[in-house]
Formats: sequence, C-alpha cells, structure tokens
Amino acid sequence: MSPPEKRVLMKMEKGNSPSMSAIPELEKKLLERIRNSKVSLRIMHVCGTHERTIAKYGLRSVLPKSIDVISGPGCPVCVTPEEDINIAIALAKSRATVVTFGDMMRVPGSAESLLDARSEGADVRMVYSIDDAVSLAEKKPELEVVFFGIGFETTVPANAAALLRNTPENFSLLASQKRTPPAIELLAGDTNVDAFIAPGHVATIIGTKPFEPLAKKGFPVVVSGFEARDILLGINLLQMQVEEGCSRVDNGYPRAVKPEGNPIALRIMDEVFETSDSEWRGIGRIENSGLVLRKEFEEKDAAKKYEDLYASFLDDIRKKAERKDKKRCICAAILTGKAKPHQCPNFGKECTPKVPAGPCMVSQEGMCYNWFKYSREGGSKLA
Amino acid sequence: MKPNTISLEHGAGGEVMQALIGEIILKNFRNKSAGSVGLECLDDGSTISLANFNPSSELVLTTDSHVITPAFFPDTNIGRLAVAGTINDLTVMGAKPLALTCAVIVPEGFSLQDFEEIIKTMDETAAEVGVPIITGDTKTVEKTALDSIILNTAGLGITDNPIRDSGLRPGDKILVTGTIGDHGISLMAHREGFDFDTDLVSDSAPLWKLIEPILKLRTPEGEPVITAMKDPTRGGLANALNEMAAKSGTGILIEEDLIPFKRAVSAACEMLGLDPLEVANEGKAIIGVKSGFEEEVLSILRQHPYGRDAAVIGEVTAENKGEVILRNRFGGMRYVDMPSGDPIPRVC
Repeated sequence: MSPPEKRVLMKMEKGNSPSMSAIPELEKKLLERIRNSKVSLRIMHVCGTHERTIAKYGLRSVLPKSIDVISGPGCPVCVTPEEDINIAIALAKSRATVVTFGDMMRVPGSAESLLDARSEGADVRMVYSIDDAVSLAEKKPELEVVFFGIGFETTVPANAAALLRNTPENFSLLASQKRTPPAIELLAGDTNVDAFIAPGHVATIIGTKPFEPLAKKGFPVVVSGFEARDILLGINLLQMQVEEGCSRVDNGYPRAVKPEGNPIALRIMDEVFETSDSEWRGIGRIENSGLVLRKEFEEKDAAKKYEDLYASFLDDIRKKAERKDKKRCICAAILTGKAKPHQCPNFGKECTPKVPAGPCMVSQEGMCYNWFKYSREGGSKLA
Repeated sequence: MKPNTISLEHGAGGEVMQALIGEIILKNFRNKSAGSVGLECLDDGSTISLANFNPSSELVLTTDSHVITPAFFPDTNIGRLAVAGTINDLTVMGAKPLALTCAVIVPEGFSLQDFEEIIKTMDETAAEVGVPIITGDTKTVEKTALDSIILNTAGLGITDNPIRDSGLRPGDKILVTGTIGDHGISLMAHREGFDFDTDLVSDSAPLWKLIEPILKLRTPEGEPVITAMKDPTRGGLANALNEMAAKSGTGILIEEDLIPFKRAVSAACEMLGLDPLEVANEGKAIIGVKSGFEEEVLSILRQHPYGRDAAVIGEVTAENKGEVILRNRFGGMRYVDMPSGDPIPRVC
C-alpha cells in the first residue's frame, strides 16, 4: 500500500476531455448517424476498458441489430496464462511478498488464486502501481518483494521506468507482459469480424502505425477513446470507411493519441524489455507477443532469482491442478470472438463473478464479467 | 502520573476500570438515561420508560458491530459511524430511537486520548437526535489479539408503523437523501494516501431528524406515503436497491443523470475503476414514495442539512421483477448487479 505521506495530487475539478463533454446530446446524434447508415458490421474491440465502457453505458442495448460489437483478447488479467499465476502463487508460498493489481488477485491459476493463497497465510498484497511495490521494498528491507507485473503496452512503460530508477536489491519483477499488435494480426486471420476498434490506451503509447497492417489486409480500423461517445464515433467512422470503399486506420481519439505514439515510453520500454513469444490464456502461443526482461536486468527477474526457492511449491500446485475437476470454459472461443459468453455451458451457473471458473469472469474488464453483470444476454433483454 | 494508553487492567473490573468508566465514559456521555435507572447508576442494567407511547406500538431492536481501519478518518471517527449506523437502522425501520447501548472492546496500548475522543464523538452524534446511551460494557484484550478498537451499539426504537425494505409497489418513486459514495471513496482515498484536491469527507450522520417528518405524511386515503426505506451502507446503492427489488417482488428503474454524485467521487471512481453505485454510504437513505407525493417529500427532506441534495432517482416497475436497471441520458440500459465483494480497483 502506498505510504500515507506519499500524496498523489490529482486535479479533479478541471475534469477530463473538456472538448467533448461540453457538447450535450452528442451520443444521440451519433446513434442517429449509425442507425441511418446502411452498413452492417461485426466489430471487434481488443481492450478491456472498451468492454467496460460498452457494458457500463449499455451501448449494445441502443445499437441497431446491424452493428454487432464483440470483445477480443483485450483484458490483461484474462489473457495472463495460468502458469504465470501458478509461479506467482508458488513465490508467495515460498515466503516472498507478492504484490499486484487488485483484479489479478482473484484470477484462478490452474489450482487456486493469489487470494486463496493469501487466506492460507501467504503474503499477497494489492497495489495501484509498481511504484507502491518499490516503496514497500525500500521501507521493509526484510521482505523479498516481487511485483507481479501483468498487462499490455499501457502498464509496461511504468514497469520499465521503475527498473531504470535502480530499485532496491530485495525488489524484483515477475513479468507477464504482452504486446497487442501480434494478437490482433493473428485474430484478423482467424476470426469472423469485419472491422476493429483499436485500443486507445495502448495506441497512446505505440501510436497508430502498428495497426496499419490490419488495414492493409482490408479491415477498417479506428482508434477509440473510452467515453460512450468515443465508441459511438468509432463505430460511425468504421461505417464511413466501408461507405467510402476503403480501409485505413482512423484516429478517433486524437486528444490522447498521436500517430507516432509516445516516443519516450517506447524508448524506455525497449531499454528494459525485449520481445519474445508468449502464451495467451485461451488463445495459445503467439509469436513476438511478449515482453521479457533484457539480459542486463536479469537479476530483477523473480522467476529466475527465486527459482530454487519456489520450485517445490510450483510442483505441488501442478499436482493439485491435475486432481482438480476442470470446468470446461470456452474462453478461447470467447476471446477470439467466435462465441458469446452466454453460449458457454458454465456461464451464469458454475461461473459467476462470485465464483469465477474462468478468467473472463474475474476482471471488470472481462467480457463474461461485463455480460453477466450488466446485460445478461448481451443487452437483448433490455433493448 | 496518569497512564496515556489502555492497559489490560482497564477491563479487569477493578478500580482502574471504574476510573476509566467514571472519568472517560460517564463524564462524556451527557444523555444517559431513558427511565428510572440510567447509565450513571452503574447497575446491572438500565430501564426505558414507555409511559408516553401508544400501547399498540412496536419496539424495534437492532445491533451492529463496527470495525474500521483506521479508527479516525476524514473528518470523524468510528464513534460517529457506530452511533449513526444504529440510529439509521432504527430510522429506516420508521422507528424513533429510544436508547442505545455502547460495548467497547479495545486492545492494550490504545491511546487513552483517542479513546476519549471516540466516546465524545459518540455522545455528540447521539445528541444530534436526542437519544440517550443508557448501558454499556468495556473489555480490554491483549495487543496481539486485536489491532484496533471494536464498538458494538445496540439500539431500541419504537414505531406505530414499521417501514420495511420490502414495501415497494409498482409506480412508487425512488428517492435518495443525498450524494452517493462519499464515505467509501473518502475512506479509500484516506487509506491509500490519494489526495483528490477536494475536501471529500465521510457522510456518516444520524438521519432520524431528517426522516421523522416524512413518516407522518399520509395519502388522502390515510395510507402512509413512505412505502419502503433502506440505508445503502456496505455494497452501496447497488446492493440496497437489489435487496429492495428482490424482497418487494418488483423491478427498479433508475436514471443515471438523476443520481446525485460529488464530482470528486465520480472522478475517483473513474480513475480507480470502481462503480460509485457499489461504494458505501453512512449517512444516506433510499426511500420509496407513493407516486404524486415525491415533490412534497423532497421539499421536506431538503430543509434539513442532511437532505439538501435529496433527489428522485427512479421508479418501481412491475416488470423485471427482482432486477435493478440503470438508464443513461441517451437511453442505454444496463443491469445494476449485487456487488460480489469489496470493491477492487483494476489494472488500467
């Protein structure tokens, strides 16, 4: 937890996005344009926060039937592989202090979750950022602090920046970090969608260029922000591309996203991490989609540093997993847009936010969580 | 020299404990009697006179234990939370609070100054609605057994017309008595060291004086105007509305734009990935009102400082039984579900 003397000053009264929030009735106008367009689209977004925006504002309940918005693998918690969670739990059981984001704590690994491990006495703590984890290590030199750093290009620069600031010796990183473009490209070849809404936060860092290969393959792409009006604008921009008979990457979030992204963030990310193949829960291995520590930062790699310490605990977890009755979720089909949450046999029965069987039900960014929580059958009942 | 922290002797029943009770508790509780035997008698119990009440009235009894870390938060403490919480449980039952109890479990090493501050706050909170604290108990435990203070307050109230959380009928209007989420967010910000550049504080408040006048309202047919009440504490508005809908066998449709939020609360929730509807309140009530009487109820509520931001936020529906639905300003609708656990901030 952050020390009380550390004050994070956030100016609230100035508000966000003054340019758009000042215009009333904008959503209604955008909806009208979407409804008036003759273009039908099956659109995939690949961002957990987009799913949350869509669910929170009930967008599926107001969009015409000709527009189908589905959720791709955009929730970082959901795509974190079981084995990485197993390692985090094994580390916690072997006396390390494992700190991570709140929604990571409840995600089941192959046998249990970090929260389960905590209730059995392991030292697992919640933080808001890697900086909180570093200051915990500084304050408590007697602890071996491991930050379980999961996420996409949005959270990786913060991890890189922290490591570049010379973290204390008792601090290390268990990195489970992902790059978005390789996954989207893979999906483009293996899914039933017409167009993509690209993730706005990720694009703030990497820019719009990495999404151009998708457009070249013929998919209209738009980078969108996170208000209801941003998503509606994005959908309408995609319709307009189809009407014009072309496919390109439109920037529908120019107040945050520049074509070249954030060069400083990209540079420090590259300084600390290098690309590698990476496992995505529900999807499998995707080439060049991971970001692992470079050799110079090897001593900060918790998976290597404590390997001897946690090996036996990891074995126990794996054995426990073998004995466990596996609930067959269809996460893979859901994450690739081939099925919707309510088509999963476990959805709403053996898998609810209270007792999640699969990762998509745990995080507030997970498609199943949002479908269960906000729309049951995807809004149809409320339409 | 006087000790400045609690020791195990303070709960041992001897002279030291008598001194603690006399010098801190009896001295600071100004209103401690509801009948012929009050707290100051230090007898085995206290009495409550029912002489002025209608014999067909019903007594309402409630109890609540309070643990909160830290015990002091912006800009009050656990004492206010405990007393207001029990008064509010009686209030939303439609019952006039008659008397409260105060049981304290405190670890050795707890600051005596903080202890006295908490007792004073309990007294001030109870004084707002004129309810006496008539009996109590003090126990001390070893440091290793407990890391902060625990308060238990039971409350006895009386009513001619108990209000239930299951009394909603289709067509009723849903009111809240003020801004939502202040307590939960102010506490989270305080715990985590976030400074949201505003003076957001807990809304903890005893609501009896706010609610008392509207309980008397009747329709021309003589029926109570207030059909249901509940206080949206842990689990927030989402939890309370779902319980009310499920128990009443109705649906509830609320309009997002009508729910009063402080700007800092919505912004903090947006930033931390929390749903303000799931955040705790400690000084608010949800009220079901017969359609056509909502303006009258609102105008009464708004005259009291705790009801200044009162608002109609939606209505009770015959369809969607047991469900709460939120509609936004462009017609988008979503379910408001029961929160599954404590609100957990998300990654990004």
